[in-house]
Amino acid sequence: MGLAPAVNAKAGLAPPLPTTMDPAERAQSLKAQATLIRRSVVEMIGRAGLGHIGGDFSVSDILTTLFFSVLRVDPTAPNAPLRDRFILSKGHCAAALYSTLAMRGFFPVAELKTFIEPLSRLNGHPNRRKVSGVEANTGPLGHGLPIGVGTAIGARLAKADWRAFVVLGDGELQEGSNWEAAMCAGHQGLDNLVAVVDRNRLQQGARTEDTNRLEPLGDRWRAFGWDVVTCDGHDHAALYEAFTAPHPGKPRCVIANTIKGKGVSFIEDRVEWHHKVPTQEQIELALKELV
Amino acid sequence: MTNAPIQNPAPTFDCRVAFAETLIELAKADERIVAVCNDSVGSSNLVGFQKLFPERLVNVGIAEQNMVGVGAGLANAGFIPFVCGAGPFLTGRALEQIKVDVAYNGFPVVLCGMSPGMAYGELGPTHHSIEDLSWLRAIDGLGIVVPADPAQTIAAVHWAAKSATPCYIRVGRTKVPAVTPEGAEAFAFGRADVLRRGADVSVVATGAMVSRALAAADVLAEQGLNTRVINVSTVKPLDEATIIAAARETGAIVTVEEAAIEGGLGAAVAETVVRNAPVPMRILGVTSFAPTGTAAFLFDHFGLNRDGIVAAALELKSR
Repeated sequence: MGLAPAVNAKAGLAPPLPTTMDPAERAQSLKAQATLIRRSVVEMIGRAGLGHIGGDFSVSDILTTLFFSVLRVDPTAPNAPLRDRFILSKGHCAAALYSTLAMRGFFPVAELKTFIEPLSRLNGHPNRRKVSGVEANTGPLGHGLPIGVGTAIGARLAKADWRAFVVLGDGELQEGSNWEAAMCAGHQGLDNLVAVVDRNRLQQGARTEDTNRLEPLGDRWRAFGWDVVTCDGHDHAALYEAFTAPHPGKPRCVIANTIKGKGVSFIEDRVEWHHKVPTQEQIELALKELV
Repeated sequence: MTNAPIQNPAPTFDCRVAFAETLIELAKADERIVAVCNDSVGSSNLVGFQKLFPERLVNVGIAEQNMVGVGAGLANAGFIPFVCGAGPFLTGRALEQIKVDVAYNGFPVVLCGMSPGMAYGELGPTHHSIEDLSWLRAIDGLGIVVPADPAQTIAAVHWAAKSATPCYIRVGRTKVPAVTPEGAEAFAFGRADVLRRGADVSVVATGAMVSRALAAADVLAEQGLNTRVINVSTVKPLDEATIIAAARETGAIVTVEEAAIEGGLGAAVAETVVRNAPVPMRILGVTSFAPTGTAAFLFDHFGLNRDGIVAAALELKSR
């Protein structure tokens, strides 16, 4: 028995926006898509009365760039062996992930209305056994990167060229398991692995730097053997470049500087919006800004 | 009564050897087999595997949380990972990873708790894995396998490599004699084996305790008690039919395990018995953090030996 892929196993494994696309045009398209995702998040959380809107908004441009212009995945063959692996380690931002997956075609957009309803597939944290496109169940923090490291080691063992992407919250980096995985990935020189830090500088209760300091964050990743790129986490062209430029011999860490609650003025950079639920009036105001 | 050494003792085996040899044999035939360990190449008996398959031995260093996560990732990537670490650290340090990364995800990772129970004797309770059965029984969808001898170890590893669901296997270091009857199928997942028939009392044992249960049955026979001995090599899911039959047909059950008495084999048997055929029981196991001593000393200390089982059975029958 072996790992040899079937013929044409890569058919369909491509992002919707082609790699040959004009960068400015791509960025414009991604921006429009991200707005749709944020609008969906507002509606889902408003309807459900529960969610993590601040982190959903900070990660929306990262998710959009990955799923619509980078990841080689196929919604019609979600378990294709040679697909890229994407893991949302900050699993509490499930509403943004579900919106992205639905709009990417993994399941019907109409199903987003069932978010966290009793017996819905769309649990408050993602479940791979229920939702197509989810690679790993996350929720407790510090779990995504070790799994991502395992998938990247697997790709190398299989001599396959697919890549693994893990999106981490910044506060999440206070979990020690991330650094076990970071050390391992650096030692192994996993240049098929990208960790993206959604650096919005806020955690549930306060600023990260007032809670348990993360800086100098880039130096910390570099010290663990990673190639580090820092960029504006809401600049789609910069994110695209950071996700696609090669990083031979080292895993890459993209520190994406973001604003928690990005896109809605009264939610941006306010700690209380970690998991606050908007009122009906606030939903209408938010949707007016998200155009 | 004492535990005087018996003449011409049966040969005994370290099940890690059978484990390692079987893993190599499987890896030769299937390139999806990989081993993941936490600096435990030697103690997990993976030196031979590493020589033959250096790339397929992933040593993540002393980092059990990452080790289990990496195992889950390798399963996601299409591999069959055997994640090997000393039982106490694999299960205690990485418990949430076992729950979430492996069981909740449903990745078919084979978690191998090396040198479980009190095998590390004098190293003390930090290095004893007596809580593993209790902790892991509470995790949905995780099979728990405790082979009693090399034949069971070999068969269990073969089964695990083909299993579509995750499992935990205790791989014993404490030397044990063969207990699998000649010609019998050594192991089937979910099946308990009646090693000796009897209608007066049942002794339900697992792992290194099985041979002691058989020795106790010999002593009890001399005292007129025909003792049924059941080897539970799959602690979860428990073979309920075999346990219920034992309760109904013998009316009394002694359980014995190299594990904490709260939540392990004894608890599993009691949960089944109380629902289906309540009978008096005695649960033998580890009742406190162990004092200093070898594994053999500690078995005696906690009454996890022939005479301890005999005494429990006699006490139960005298009620």
